[in-house]
Amino acid sequence: MSNLEALQTKIQYEKTFDCVQCGYCLPACPTYETMERETHSPRGRINLVKMVAEGKASIDDLKDPIEKCLGCMACTTVCPTNVQYGAILEGAKEVIEENEVKSPSQEKVEQFIFNTFFPSSNWMGALSNAAWFYKKSGTQRLARITSASRMAPLNLDKFERVLPEVPSPVERLTRKRHVLPDYKLTTKVAFFTGCVMDGMFFKTNANTIELLRRSGAEVVLPKDQTCCGALHAHSGKGTSAKELAKRNIEAFDIEDVDYIVNNAGGCGAKMIEYEKLFEEGTSWYERAKEFTSKVRDISEVLVELNALDFTTPVNRMVTYQPSCHMSNVQRVTEPPRILLESIPGLGIKELKQPDFCCGSAGIYNIVNYEDSMEILDVKMQDVLGVNPEAVVTTNPGCLIQMKLGIEREQLEDQVEAMHLVDLLMEAKPVSKRG
Amino acid sequence: MEEWIEELKDILPEKQVMTELSDRHSYSFDASFGEYLPEAVVQVKNKQQVIHVLKVANQFRIPVYPRGQGTCLSGGPLPVQGGIVLDISQWPPLIDVHADDLTVIVSPSALTADINNAAEEHGLMYAPDPSSAHVATIGGNLAENSGGPRGLKYGVTKDFVLGLEVVTPEGEVMKTGGQTIKNVTGFDLTKLIVGSEGALGVITEATLKLVPKPPAVQTILAVFDDVRKAGQAISKTLTSGILPSKMEFMDQACIQAVENFKPAGLPVHAKALVIIELDGHPETLAIEKKLVQEIMEKIGATETVIPQTAEEANGIWQARKQVSPAIAQIKPTKVSEDATVPRSKIPDMMDRLQKIKEKYNVEVVVFGHAGDGNLHPNVLCDKRDQEEMGRVEKAVEEIFEAAIELGGTLSGEHGIGTMKAPFLESELGPVGVDMMRRIKNSWDPNGIMNPGKIFAEKGQRLVLRSE
Repeated sequence: MSNLEALQTKIQYEKTFDCVQCGYCLPACPTYETMERETHSPRGRINLVKMVAEGKASIDDLKDPIEKCLGCMACTTVCPTNVQYGAILEGAKEVIEENEVKSPSQEKVEQFIFNTFFPSSNWMGALSNAAWFYKKSGTQRLARITSASRMAPLNLDKFERVLPEVPSPVERLTRKRHVLPDYKLTTKVAFFTGCVMDGMFFKTNANTIELLRRSGAEVVLPKDQTCCGALHAHSGKGTSAKELAKRNIEAFDIEDVDYIVNNAGGCGAKMIEYEKLFEEGTSWYERAKEFTSKVRDISEVLVELNALDFTTPVNRMVTYQPSCHMSNVQRVTEPPRILLESIPGLGIKELKQPDFCCGSAGIYNIVNYEDSMEILDVKMQDVLGVNPEAVVTTNPGCLIQMKLGIEREQLEDQVEAMHLVDLLMEAKPVSKRG
Repeated sequence: MEEWIEELKDILPEKQVMTELSDRHSYSFDASFGEYLPEAVVQVKNKQQVIHVLKVANQFRIPVYPRGQGTCLSGGPLPVQGGIVLDISQWPPLIDVHADDLTVIVSPSALTADINNAAEEHGLMYAPDPSSAHVATIGGNLAENSGGPRGLKYGVTKDFVLGLEVVTPEGEVMKTGGQTIKNVTGFDLTKLIVGSEGALGVITEATLKLVPKPPAVQTILAVFDDVRKAGQAISKTLTSGILPSKMEFMDQACIQAVENFKPAGLPVHAKALVIIELDGHPETLAIEKKLVQEIMEKIGATETVIPQTAEEANGIWQARKQVSPAIAQIKPTKVSEDATVPRSKIPDMMDRLQKIKEKYNVEVVVFGHAGDGNLHPNVLCDKRDQEEMGRVEKAVEEIFEAAIELGGTLSGEHGIGTMKAPFLESELGPVGVDMMRRIKNSWDPNGIMNPGKIFAEKGQRLVLRSE
């Protein structure tokens, strides 16, 4: 196989031919809107991948356009020919990653972040503990720990201010791994805790488990679960993503459950695509398929179980900011809205462009801070138009980003950003059957 | 850096003059065939910037190719001879509705669907509705004289243009037409520029005509077991005193493709479907609906379906919209043509298409705006297969020949561009083409505006193969 042929296989050259260049993706693409050029549109990126595969452009020419893609996948929902943009994007990222010449220290830092930090709940716990310590003691420890990554222009001081209160290390350690409902079981689920969710939004995870329990579900938290691998796949580290998928498949395989529930749109999106990481026909492919068939967002499960009565009115006007990965990859759009509508007293106003990405996109807002803020500004204009008292999200990245947006607009006193799950708990749900 | 690029940067913000390879590649294509690398991509955001670019280009003899959002199906914005792609898509959009005059003033960057939405807020409608209306700019629509399903009743883009502001190839500003519905002053340069595919200048503003938005619409679906009968039913309806707003046609291959792709409950054994939309006052529609139904059944429709709710009607139109993606599943490359014939010749054209399909052993499916004779024969192929693409080129040539022989035209709504330039003379004759060339040469003495389009180079042929 020639070099070009090998490159063509890796970069998903064949898949680029599904694109008929109609341009229907342009109005859906946030970076096309803010960066104002075809180079930063899905159609432009697919064309560049093709040019690289044909030897007409270099991998270097591809780097910036691909790295500036949020991966929000809004283009895939409007594409009339079902182009597999996700596969093309990840293929391009892998090729760029392999081509990259990195300094030894950069290598070390990345290895730490992707191979040690994210897959390890200990490290996430450590981060969380540090955050707790930071909040309590006011030192710069968190900033120091995270900025050790040196991942390009970091603006962690900006994010630090919007991080939520985190539980004490003791609270984290004493969490139960097996929760039973008060009454007859209807279903058994395994809960995927996620790294950022568990590290930063421990309380939201606890609320999620409680909502499931009150819905009559037996909840288990498999001990050996690890990071979903989304951040690795989006950074061109396909091999690591695959390893993490295997570990999760194994961790959840030991439990005989109806669903594998998550409350992070981005993690869910990665996990429902696990089988795509493996070759068809292999046993891992089959195991992954079995796994993905059980993956559900918390909102889907709550709507399906339909076991809760919300007893306390929440007299607030909110708007819903859907997670891109939940809408465009998991294609879960209605359940969160159904849940919001079932809260008494709640006023709900739709954004003009709810499907426009908030700019969080995994760690995009950290590595491409300026670009991310331009996208966030577009989102915040929309939010200002609705003038809500809360922005409801379903993904930790979006949650932090919306908090940041609110702070940038100096609206902290008027608007809060919150996870759907926490809002649901505020309405004091009780079991319909209980 | 070339001197002319330096001169461009004198006035334009740096961000708006792109010379990086990745940016140049990103503007090297449109929704048709072929890729040509420009030397620079220049984004303009106001009239002064257009004047500056054209003055520099004219001075240095650099070709300029105006471009909207690049949805063109005939190659209009392709930089075939290098030079400058002039991107107008980032111009801040202006849509200024003058409801009392039933007009709207727009910037070239306004999206066509947005113009219609703005008009609807005043109970009005901008009628031309190309399928790409939610993506395409009005500037591109004006240049290519785009059509759409509603063309049957309302016409194409040119029928809605009252006046234009244009920057000439030498960088001067001119106005054509005006703000009034009636205007017979002098030569009709408005109509000359609309559809001139960017070869005569750059449109910087347009005044468009609006019409009252019809209060109601009615959809009817008619099923046929014979293509000829479907054609006759279309003609009969149109001569009966009823003018539907849309009359769309789908052949059996399209029906089956849609049902394989996203089942919509279409009758897969039918040879043809005609989807009709009537618009107007609800009481008129009730009468016209019955009449159309009677005509369809009398000519031989095996079934007529009257949707009972807006959702049901929407379902039928959704199925029609699925044709393009559905047929792309048959084979990845779609050569979408818009050969148009007199309405009475639709059945003959269908016969010719069948023969062409067999002769060259290519996949051809047909759908389109049959009410105005504007068919979209789509040849489905794979552009990686050079041998097949050779056969496709021949088949497409013969499709054009068939349309012209039947008294039709090369293009009903897509324009000539690069794709159909080699066939222009066969429709217009040598004198017709020569007169057009003379107009072009006097408007654009240095030949900088969108060269390589409409007029073929000597010996130029249709090319769908990249190598």
